[in-house]
Order: sequence, then structure tokens, then C-alpha cells
Amino acid sequence: MSDPNDPMAEIRASFFIECEELLEALQDGLQALDDGDDDPETINIVFRAVHSIKGGAGAFGLEALVRFAHRFETVLDEVRSGRMSPDTTARKIFFQCADHLSDLVRISRDDGPLPDDVTAELLSSLNGLLGDAGIEEDDDSEEENIDFQPATLSLDLDLGGDDDDDGMGLPALEPDTSSDDGKFIIYFKPDNDLFETGNEPFHMLRALEDLGTCTVTCHLDELPDLDTLAPENSYLAWTIELETEAQEAEIAASFEFVEGLCTLDIKKKATADDIQQPDEETATNDASTEDTADETPDVPPAVEPESDQQPSGEDRSAPEPAMTSADSTPPAPKATAAPARQSSPTAAKSVVRVDLDRIERLVNLVGELVINQAMLAQSLERSGLSPHSDAMNGLEEFQRLTRDIQDSVMMIRAQPVKSLFQRMSRIVREASAAVGKDVRLHTEGESTEVDKTVIERLADPLTHMIRNAVDHGLENSEDRVAAGKPEQGQVNLTAAHRSGRVVIEVSDDGGGINRPKVMQIAIDKGLIPADASLSDGEIDNLLFLPGFSTAAVVSDLSGRGVGMDVVRTSIQALGGRISISSTPGEGTTFSISLPLTLAVLDGMVVQVAEETLVLPLNVVIETLTLTDNDVEMVRPGAHVVRVRSGFVPLFDLGKELGYRDPVQNYDGSVVLLIAHEDGSHAALIIDSIQDQRQVVIKGLDDSFYRAPGIAAATILGDGQIALILDTSDIITNAIGATGMATPQTTSGATA
Amino acid sequence: MSLEILAVDDSRTMRDMIRLALLPAGFNVHTADDGVHGIEVLDGIEPDAIITDINMPRMDGFGFIDAVRGQDKHRATPILVLTTEAAPELKARARDAGATGWIVKPFDPAKLIKALQMVAG
Repeated sequence: MSDPNDPMAEIRASFFIECEELLEALQDGLQALDDGDDDPETINIVFRAVHSIKGGAGAFGLEALVRFAHRFETVLDEVRSGRMSPDTTARKIFFQCADHLSDLVRISRDDGPLPDDVTAELLSSLNGLLGDAGIEEDDDSEEENIDFQPATLSLDLDLGGDDDDDGMGLPALEPDTSSDDGKFIIYFKPDNDLFETGNEPFHMLRALEDLGTCTVTCHLDELPDLDTLAPENSYLAWTIELETEAQEAEIAASFEFVEGLCTLDIKKKATADDIQQPDEETATNDASTEDTADETPDVPPAVEPESDQQPSGEDRSAPEPAMTSADSTPPAPKATAAPARQSSPTAAKSVVRVDLDRIERLVNLVGELVINQAMLAQSLERSGLSPHSDAMNGLEEFQRLTRDIQDSVMMIRAQPVKSLFQRMSRIVREASAAVGKDVRLHTEGESTEVDKTVIERLADPLTHMIRNAVDHGLENSEDRVAAGKPEQGQVNLTAAHRSGRVVIEVSDDGGGINRPKVMQIAIDKGLIPADASLSDGEIDNLLFLPGFSTAAVVSDLSGRGVGMDVVRTSIQALGGRISISSTPGEGTTFSISLPLTLAVLDGMVVQVAEETLVLPLNVVIETLTLTDNDVEMVRPGAHVVRVRSGFVPLFDLGKELGYRDPVQNYDGSVVLLIAHEDGSHAALIIDSIQDQRQVVIKGLDDSFYRAPGIAAATILGDGQIALILDTSDIITNAIGATGMATPQTTSGATA
Repeated sequence: MSLEILAVDDSRTMRDMIRLALLPAGFNVHTADDGVHGIEVLDGIEPDAIITDINMPRMDGFGFIDAVRGQDKHRATPILVLTTEAAPELKARARDAGATGWIVKPFDPAKLIKALQMVAG
């Protein structure tokens, strides 16, 4: 299994992917149960998910996983069969087990150390659900059964329950050398029922050949006249003399499937004398030479072996009535086939799994295509062609196609945030248990699709935010009751598409941010001057300052030295932003706004001080040409611009980026009005607007460190490299530098 | 010997395992995701043997066997049931439904092939 080219390794990898899907279905099902869904199919889905994980795990010898899944499945089966009702306690344990199962899956995948304590604890919880000792005992034996199976398991050749010993450990591959070359006499007479199960004596006899040398004798003495022959009945019997090294049990195994459907007698040669010798109508037959089965598969098998052995007219004709008779008497269960077929049109969604690397490659290529298309457009424009020329029309079509291709490729990478949300529901369960609060997670917009990479990289910051909400956001139940709120706290996790971005919100219905306390902590820690006067929003933003932690007592849950500043940094690294809003007594909401994809951006291409820059289009809400009258000076170096009824702080982009000295005369300047998620506005002076187009984001190498105000870079149509700006960063820096607002608040957060 | 096999299992891993076990041995393997799908696939092929899981969505293994046996031409087609349990009553139920034999998951490829040879040649 360690060989990378081993097909088993490939299937193993695919098994773990399948496990993720099954675990998701399991979570969904449990959630539905928890919400009061009593559709029997729901518990069936839950059961099947665990069952399939167990089945696959067994194939790869993941014993811990098999054992735990088995017990879990046993309990679920009780529920499924209606012998147990999934009450609150049971559902809670099921959730824990599902969480643990997903842990075990991951640990098994990574060959990590097994959390035996947790497993044991949950197993005993499950046993507790099963109740009385009788079931437990039964279980233990079953467990041993599972234990007993080696990593690569064999066919179970246990014969239908009469004996437990000879089945499992059959020495099939290595002949038992301790036994002498034995001769066995086997008498085999199929019952009529044997054929109804689709068994075929011919194949069985041939399979016996693998064990040794067979001499097969067919007894035709019971074969009636053609007039009285019932084609469905069995008239034949065989005596097989088998010379073999195999044990008797192994021979018996060859007849495993027909146990109880035939008369079978296996004897060692020495004691075989009492077997009735065949009559004169004996046909001796070396089974390996017989090949008729392939040609006449529809013939009832009972009459087959002698059909070419006995060339007499009587015997040969036997198969024919058999066929017609079989056709004219369709068996009873036929009716069930029809409804089954009718329910089939709901064709399953077909899915192709593709290596992520290949998609990355495709995304990159499409990026190149976009650039190439832009270059082509530029050179066509320069060539002075008429806009109505075929070439220009064709170019337009090309542009549209490129964009469609790009969208489609991006869709490949998009995934619903559901899996992420499910992980969060587990975080809520664990966190609330850890701090002893009763918390319910409400999720919305699970089907919202986001770039896979974004989803993966959101897990850590979201986990931290959820823990914060449970630990710090929500009050304990006494305080909640005192405040007239329901005892159970609620944490909401929502996702939605909003103007080309994905907005994910984490909110709680707790006490809101304790602003005086936050102020005090910030002052105590020297993050702000003691006499600072901050607005509510600014105080809330103090939480994002590095080194800020509100927990008076660092709990073992969220106090792990990771502050909201780290959350903010990881969100920013995704090209996103995070904002906070809080109402005392009602709760706190964190809002994360993310680009749909990390690869392409709708940008506005602008010119500033001879430099070409790109701004994300979605932050630009308006463009203006200034007149002197629009600009007011608040104090030297700090200006605002009048936009309709309000004032917006004005900055010179060229100056902020260090390209030039501040513009002195604002008359005629072009400004972009920028809006941010937190509702703040700013105006940026630029020289001119060049274009509005999609740009392919090329990340700046880590060696550039993190340049303030720069998000990434892109290659423009003419091959020129342009920087993509992070306007929110630029503006907060600018605010910090000009003292336009209270400086300490936000400048620190973006450091 | 190129036998045609239809394997019905809702677990992709199991389908892959069966394919991996049988393809090198020269079997021609068709797969289906559940009973309903199995019946659909069966429509276009004439398998020498069928392997089916029991626990499946839409139509389980018992229902599937029932439906297969209900078709005239598949009255005697060998059907092996894949089961995780070695419980005798499960085998009895499978046999009652018309199954030819059973294989306990997880299976050893050699044993699977042997079982197929035992029922289909």
C-alpha cells in the first residue's frame, strides 16, 4: 500500500474522499433527525453512511475505524428497525460519534495516533444506549468476529451457521502440507431449490478441479422418461472422486453456497465404501473437457452434463422442452420488476473527479488566454480598424467567449460552503460543551459557492470566530435568563453572494461588545492613549489590534494566543475584509467579505503619476471630476470632498503610494469614490481612468513582503505589469497618516 | 475466459475494489450505483454473474435480486451478495431472495474470483 503506483493506494485515496462525502451525508442526516425529521429514509441514510465507511475501512485494514463504525452502526440499526427511539441523549451521542468517526477517518488516512480514550468513552456511551447486557454480550462476540478478520480479508466460507470454526481460517492459498494426498469421495445430489438460487452444478464441479484431480460420475438412474420429466426438477446426482491435498473443510467450502439445497456427503476414501455405486447407466466424465455450458446457458442445468455424453435421442431431447417450459411459466416475482423500472428516471448526477493540479493548470491557461485576448484587442485597436470591421466584430465574440470560458473554469473550482459550515457546527458543539453553555448553531446559505482554496483557508479563521462567539460573545445561561433571553444561546453562520463577493457572517445573540471594558484593556495595554476618544465602531475595531485579548481569564477554549488580528490577517490574505458591528445587549456580528475567486478580478485600470494601477471594481461606487468648490480643507493636509449632501475624506492616491507630492490644485482632478464593507467612504484622486476589465491576479511573491496597500499584481494586455491595490488598506493608512480620523484605531490593525 | 460481471454497490470504493480485483483476471466489469441503476444497466448487457451490495439507496440488494429474478432471462443468472455481516440470518435472507452465494466484505480478490468461478465458470 506504500507504493505510490499501487492501484490499491489510489483506491485508498478515493475511499477517503468518499468518506468525506459520507460524513457529510451523515451530518446532514443527524441534523435532520435533530430537527425532528422522522422520514425513515433519513435514518437509513445515516445508517448507510456509517455502514459504507465500515465496509471500505475493512478493505484497507483500518481496524480502529471498522470497530468504532461497527458499534455505531449497530446502535443506528436499532433506531432504524424502530427498536430504539432517537431521543435527545441519543442524538447528542450520535453527533459526538459522527464527529469522532470523522476524526478516525482523518487519523486513519494520515496514519496518526489513535485517540483510544475518546473511542473507548464513546463506545461505552453507545453501549449505554444499547442498554441491557444481553445485547452487549452479543456484541462482544460479534466484535471478536471482526477482530478475527485479518487486514486483507478472505471470503467468508462459514457455512450458514452450523459451525463457526472451519469457515474463517480456511487455508485456501497454501495447501496444508500436514495432510497426505487424500482421496475423497463426494456424493452430491442437488435439490430442486438449488437451481432457483442460480447455482449450477457444472461450475461447482469444475471449481472442485482446482483442488485436485477429479473423477466425476453422474447418476442418471432417477432420470424419468421424457413424458414425465419436469424440466424444473433435479434428477441427477454425482459422485466425485477427488484426489487432493486440501482439507475436508476446504472441499465443503466449494459447496458453501448450496448448503441445505442438496444432499452432500464428503468422505475420506477409506470410509467411502458404503457410498452407493452407480448403476449401469453411468457416465464417467472428466469435467474439464466439458464446455457446453457456455453455449447453452439457458438450459436448466440439471440435465446438462449428460447431454453430450448420452447421444441417444431421448436424452438429447430433454433440454428442449426445458427451454420452452421455462419460457411459458414465468416465475412469480416478475411483477416486482416493473415498478422498479418506473422509478428509475431520476438519473443520478454524474460526477467526474479531477486532480486539483489539472484544474489549476487550466485556470492558469485561461488566465493566459485572457491576457492574450487583451493584447490582441489592443493591437487591433492600434491598427486603426473600423469598429464595424469583421475583425473587430470577431474580437467582440472572442471576448465574450473568453469570459464564458473563464466563468466556467471558475465554476469548476467553486464549492458550496456546506462542508465548511458542517465543520463549524462541530466546533459549536465542542466549544459549548467546553464552556458549559447551551448553544445552537443556525446556518443559512450553505449552498453558496466559493472557490475551493478560499473555503480551505477560511476554516481556521472561522473556527476562531465561532469559538469566540461561544466563549466571549454569548453570556452564560443565568445572565441570559436575567436579561430576559432564552436560555439557549444562538450563533448564526450565514453565507450569501453580494455584489460579486461572498459575504460570510458570524453573529451571536449575546451581550454585545463591552465597550468600556475593551477601551480599558486597550489603554492598559498601551494600545491607545488614555485620553483617546473613540467612536463605538472604532472601539469595536480595537479587537483586531495585535496583542489584544479581552478574556479576563484566559479560557482553554479561545485563549490560545491567537487573536482577532490573526483572523483579520488571514482574511486579508484571501483578498477579503472583515468588519464588526455590535449592539449592547443584542449581540455581535462579524462580517467577512471575500472575492468569489482568487484568480480573476473585475478591475478598474487607472493612471496615477505615470503608473498604471488596478483597483477592484466593486469598491468603486462613483467617479467624479472635481471643481475647487467641491473640496474643503479640514486642517492643513486633510481635505474632504462634498458629495451631494455629505463629506468624504479626500486622498491623493499618487501621494499615498509615494509617487509624488500632494496635488495642490484640485480643480479638474478625477476622483474615485470608494465604499467599504463597513460603510465608510473615501475619495481617491487619480490622473485618469483607462479601462474597466477583468484582470488575472498574479500573487506577489513572498519575498516582496507585504507591501502596504498592494494586494497583488497583474499583467495587462500590453504586457505591462500593474499593481492591484487594496484600497481599504491604503485608506486606513492614509487616515492614520493625516490624522483625519482618530489615528490609532485602525492604523495599528493593518500593520 | 472473459466473463461479464455486473457489480452493484453504492460505495465507489467498493466498486473500484471489485473492478481492481476482477479486471486483471480478465473479467469484463460493469458497475451500477444502486438497485435501480443496476436494473437500468442490466438492460443493456448479459452478465454471466451479478455482484450486489445489500444496503443501498433507492433500491436495496434484496429488492434488486427480486427484480432480477423477476426477469425471465435472469432466472438462473448467478447473483453473489456482498455483505459485511457473516450472520447466518443475513445469508438465509439473501438465499431466500434468490441469491446464489455471498461474499463477506472486505474480500480477498482471489476469493472473489474463486466464488465467481464457482457460480459462473
